[in-house]
Amino acid sequence: MNKEFTKGVFKDNPIFVLLLGLCPALGVSGQVVNALGMSAGVLFVMLGSNIFVSLLKNFIPPKARIPSYIVIIASFVTIVQMVMEAFAPELYGSLGVFVPLIVVNCVILGRAEAFASRNTLKNSVLDALGMSLGFALGLTLIALVREVLGAGTITLFPVGGFEGIIRIPLLHQAPARIFSLSAGALLVMGLLKAFFNWYSESRRNLS
Amino acid sequence: MNYIGILITYIFISNFILTQFLGLCPFIGVSKNTESAVGMGFAVTFVMSIASVVTWLIYNFVLVPFDLMYLQTIAFILVIASLVQLVEMIIQKISPPLYKALGIFLPLITTNCAVLGIALLNITNQHTILEIFTGGIAAGLGFLLAIVLMSNIRERMDGKPVPKPFKGVPAAFISGGLMALAFMAFDRALLTNLLG
Repeated sequence: MNKEFTKGVFKDNPIFVLLLGLCPALGVSGQVVNALGMSAGVLFVMLGSNIFVSLLKNFIPPKARIPSYIVIIASFVTIVQMVMEAFAPELYGSLGVFVPLIVVNCVILGRAEAFASRNTLKNSVLDALGMSLGFALGLTLIALVREVLGAGTITLFPVGGFEGIIRIPLLHQAPARIFSLSAGALLVMGLLKAFFNWYSESRRNLS
Repeated sequence: MNYIGILITYIFISNFILTQFLGLCPFIGVSKNTESAVGMGFAVTFVMSIASVVTWLIYNFVLVPFDLMYLQTIAFILVIASLVQLVEMIIQKISPPLYKALGIFLPLITTNCAVLGIALLNITNQHTILEIFTGGIAAGLGFLLAIVLMSNIRERMDGKPVPKPFKGVPAAFISGGLMALAFMAFDRALLTNLLG
């Protein structure tokens, strides 16, 4: 596997290692379906902005680069807003203000600045794919922990006869509500980050 | 809603960091010592109060008359980016030590979700211009309160026997979570009791 792709998934995971894009990571992690929707939005915007920034890197004057990147990112976010509002209005409603806030997701600007502006198109695409996969995995993990413990359910998309909600017996009757509150999000994030630290530390000691 | 109500709502009841997760990056990144936390807090408050007024004016007097509401996100982020540039130049001129302390985080106010967040929430909540200004200041003060409390907690935790995997960021998140729990005592019922 290409290292530009794989680095974003574990080694430089945007949420747990780089600590970027935390606001959406916690804000929309109440339900798994919201986390997946947000990840799809981020994937589209990051792919688009990395492609454009990489193609335009020789034309953007260095002094005006940050505003240029922001305009590129904001345009893709506007596309996501329109598409989501038209085809998934329910999801758009529950993500709320966090959809336009993809603009200020530091992962995207960070990758445009640190990677796409000095790498080839192919590597930038791979980087965007890997980073958004890493973001999606981190976000979905937080959402999974919070929803399972906090509500005893896993909410997915309704497909055919399946209504889209998996109820976990016992936990569903008596969930630990704190995890679905805002305090729970911060606690879960802290515990998962500690686990990541412990895991990478023990891996380093082994090798 | 009166002005005191807006202040109490944004500072305590729906604190941007602790209940809405807006502005988490600086909350974790710049809260290692109190001095820079205070500087960051005031810089954010200043940018937020001006940005919420300017974006509201642009929305109502430029975007709405020309039917360009779909450009909202792009227009707002550009306004905020230029305002931040302005604040950066002013702080660099007035207080070089503060400028040095805030370092990389000043340009990062542009990508502080809290600033764009208050601008976008203002549009949906439809206040008058004075209410919007109050809302901007209140949201900024809420940010200031949370980040200063956080930096105090982290300074006290320095040198204490924290288990190694929890050192630094994880401990900060868990303290933030406990703070959010404490802030749950401030709710709508409190506001009605206070203001009748």
